[in-house]
Amino acid sequence: MIDTLLEPLTAWLAERAIFTPDTLAVYWQGIETTLSLVSLSLLMGFVISLPLSLARGSHYGWLRRPVQAFTYVFRGTPLLVQLYLIYYGVVFIDDVQESWLWPLVKEPFLPALLAFTLNTVAYTTEIFHGAIVNTPRGELEAAKACGMSRSLIYRRIVFPSAFRRALPAYGNEVILTLHASAIASTVTLMDITGAAQFVYSRFYAPFEAFIFAALIYLVITLTLLYVLRRLEARFNPQLRGVRKQRRKIMAFGNAIPQKP
Amino acid sequence: MLNLHGYGMRLIEGALVTVELAALSLIIAVLLGLVTASAKLSKRRLPHLLATLYTTLIRGVPDLVLMMLFFFGGQVLMNDVSDWLYARFGLDLFINIDAFIAGVLTIGLIFGAYMGETFRGAIQAVDKGQVEAATACGMSRALIFRRIRFPLMMRHALPGLSNNWLVLLKTTALVSVIGLSDMVRVATQASKTTLEPFTFMLFVAVIYLLLTSLSEWVIKRLTRKYNAGFTRGRS
Repeated sequence: MIDTLLEPLTAWLAERAIFTPDTLAVYWQGIETTLSLVSLSLLMGFVISLPLSLARGSHYGWLRRPVQAFTYVFRGTPLLVQLYLIYYGVVFIDDVQESWLWPLVKEPFLPALLAFTLNTVAYTTEIFHGAIVNTPRGELEAAKACGMSRSLIYRRIVFPSAFRRALPAYGNEVILTLHASAIASTVTLMDITGAAQFVYSRFYAPFEAFIFAALIYLVITLTLLYVLRRLEARFNPQLRGVRKQRRKIMAFGNAIPQKP
Repeated sequence: MLNLHGYGMRLIEGALVTVELAALSLIIAVLLGLVTASAKLSKRRLPHLLATLYTTLIRGVPDLVLMMLFFFGGQVLMNDVSDWLYARFGLDLFINIDAFIAGVLTIGLIFGAYMGETFRGAIQAVDKGQVEAATACGMSRALIFRRIRFPLMMRHALPGLSNNWLVLLKTTALVSVIGLSDMVRVATQASKTTLEPFTFMLFVAVIYLLLTSLSEWVIKRLTRKYNAGFTRGRS
């Protein structure tokens, strides 16, 4: 059944010079690599950033300063340099070639994952920290007046309220991490950009190769944006219907004849 | 002691390439951003549509992919043009795309989209009464832009603008991939020949940190300048 459906598609593909099933498979592999790299680094980045963002706002200097230094360095240098440092540098760690880690770090995937995770942790920590610091004082006072303990205040008040405030910036960070992952192709990882480079060098067809990759990224970006917008709407129920109301007001405003 | 194996001068030259590249692309990005912002705020449909298409497409695709598309694609296009010139007029000239110019144009084009979004919000935030007052004083449109709109807009645009600048500065590292000899490329070559990646990459990282720190200092001064006369809201 599926074969008969796919037959015209395969026939059509066979006529194409560049987008053969083989190259499409390369792109597909690239999509898998990009998505696993991005989702893993974002997931780990999210988990690590939560405690770090608390440490970033701590009253204790010994807790706050290392985190500050970390985010300062990782946000102040290009991701490409961080990736090169980790990827080319790992070989020179003493005895790493004899250790059990070597088969893992020899391939570019883990060094790239490490670089992306560290990078996104730095940005996410600052985003969460900013959101926590900006918790309205009244919310905290109300919670204290209710007799909540410190941990309960964080769990019930600070985190949910901060998460809501952090979501737009964090969503931006998600998109930026997706786009930054294109850099992985520079350390020979076959992500979407790597696939495009492969197709480019094989057929010397830059437009086809890179525009196709660009379209894939565009589709992923727009999907992510849609999901993020849904999430924002879900976590901000107080804003529901506001847009509709605003549109109504605007429509009314436009109905009034304007002076020339 | 730091031993750069004779690559010191080349690294400094590379750093200069990075700074020049970033500064020139910033100029292009700001100009493009202003044009895009006014197109987006335009009442006419076509400029609005074109600007929206431009910002959406550019911001939806990674910088590196765009850079490769423009650079490699531009070269193929130029080859086609020179082939055509040869076939048509017998002109034998080979146009080679200069990596530096390609880099400046590409980064400028990419960040023009981000700047456009920043400026759009900032222009909208300018108090209408100020512009009306300027019009009532009989100022021309150009004068209004120079004396009223631009300085007032900059107060709102500065946070986004400085953020874009910091990202742009770090994006310049990508041109090393398309063959421009900026400091990252010099450092990569040096690490490959000397087998000391830590020395060179850390050196480059420190230069970038210096550049970003310097930028932040300048931004702080600028913020103070454009916030003159406005009291900071209590937090």
